[in-house]
Amino acid sequence: MTECVECGADVTLHDNAEVGEILDCTTCGAELELVERNPPVLDRAPELEEDWGE
Amino acid sequence: MQVGILYSRIRKDEKLLLSELRERGHDVVKIDVRDLQFGLDEAPEIFADLDVVVDRCLATSRSLYATKFCEAYGVPVVNSAETAQTCADKVQNSLALAGAGVPTPATDVAFTKESAMESIESFGYPCVLKPVVGSWGRLMAKIDSRSAAEAILEHKATLGHYEHKVFYVQEFVDKPGRDIRVLATDGDPVAAMVRSSDHWLTNAAKGAETEAFELDAEAKKLVQQASDAVGGGLLGVDLMEVGGGDEPNYTVHEVNHTVEFKALNDAADADVPAEVVDWLETKAAAKQEVVA
Ligand SMILES: [Zn+2]
Repeated sequence: MTECVECGADVTLHDNAEVGEILDCTTCGAELELVERNPPVLDRAPELEEDWGE
Repeated sequence: MQVGILYSRIRKDEKLLLSELRERGHDVVKIDVRDLQFGLDEAPEIFADLDVVVDRCLATSRSLYATKFCEAYGVPVVNSAETAQTCADKVQNSLALAGAGVPTPATDVAFTKESAMESIESFGYPCVLKPVVGSWGRLMAKIDSRSAAEAILEHKATLGHYEHKVFYVQEFVDKPGRDIRVLATDGDPVAAMVRSSDHWLTNAAKGAETEAFELDAEAKKLVQQASDAVGGGLLGVDLMEVGGGDEPNYTVHEVNHTVEFKALNDAADADVPAEVVDWLETKAAAKQEVVA
């Protein structure tokens, strides 16, 4: 369990969450990136830029 | 083996790959490209001892440069920089397919609104205007009339990034409401699905319905040719069903180099991450042979 950097709500991590994974805050809807696993640290996810995707 | 994964975002696709690699006992080094500096001579330390690097960068420019550097450092990378370069740009992609004799939709490239309009009028309506870079079906336009063409060309010329000033005009392929996505490793099909939608764009990212698809011999041959045309690798080949009779039964729209496979894994019977890792193992083994 950790805190949303946007709204401060609790965010629950899955057991197999990976560093670099994007999580949605269920309270405010912000996209968050897991930047460290132990202990969990979240940051605002990078915006979509240029050509993302396949 | 020691596998490096270049990434800046971990999606479901990367998670599937990571867990398959770890389950098999491979050492996985996650390489966040945002943290690296790529020097001209020496590889960043994180590349030491890697048998193979898998490029999973979402951003095209990162993909292009990071793979170039891997090759300069002598680290085998999939996909290769050449493949990334060809696939990242719709013009190069089309030229590679046509050059290899792979059936692909008729396409014109024009550099001004006026010349693009001439192409559009010669294709007739509807036709399709696409950005030369871009993904997930974004900014693609199906043009139904001259007035729509004028508006879209004006918008692109006024609002677009300079890359939108290359006009890529394509015939509209009247497919039967679906297209085919094939995931292939060096031209070997791993899994295939059809994506169906009432909408003319049938990308999985646009919410199309997907189901498994059985490839016939002709489709398999085209997948191999299309893969070879762009330099091989782990690729997503997009085909559409056309013609029949004396005509080819398929046309190949494009080949994608940072292929997403979660939808395929759900739709098809194949264990996609397992087959991808099988293939990576052969890549790493080939490298070890070269070194030995
Ligand atoms: Zn929040």
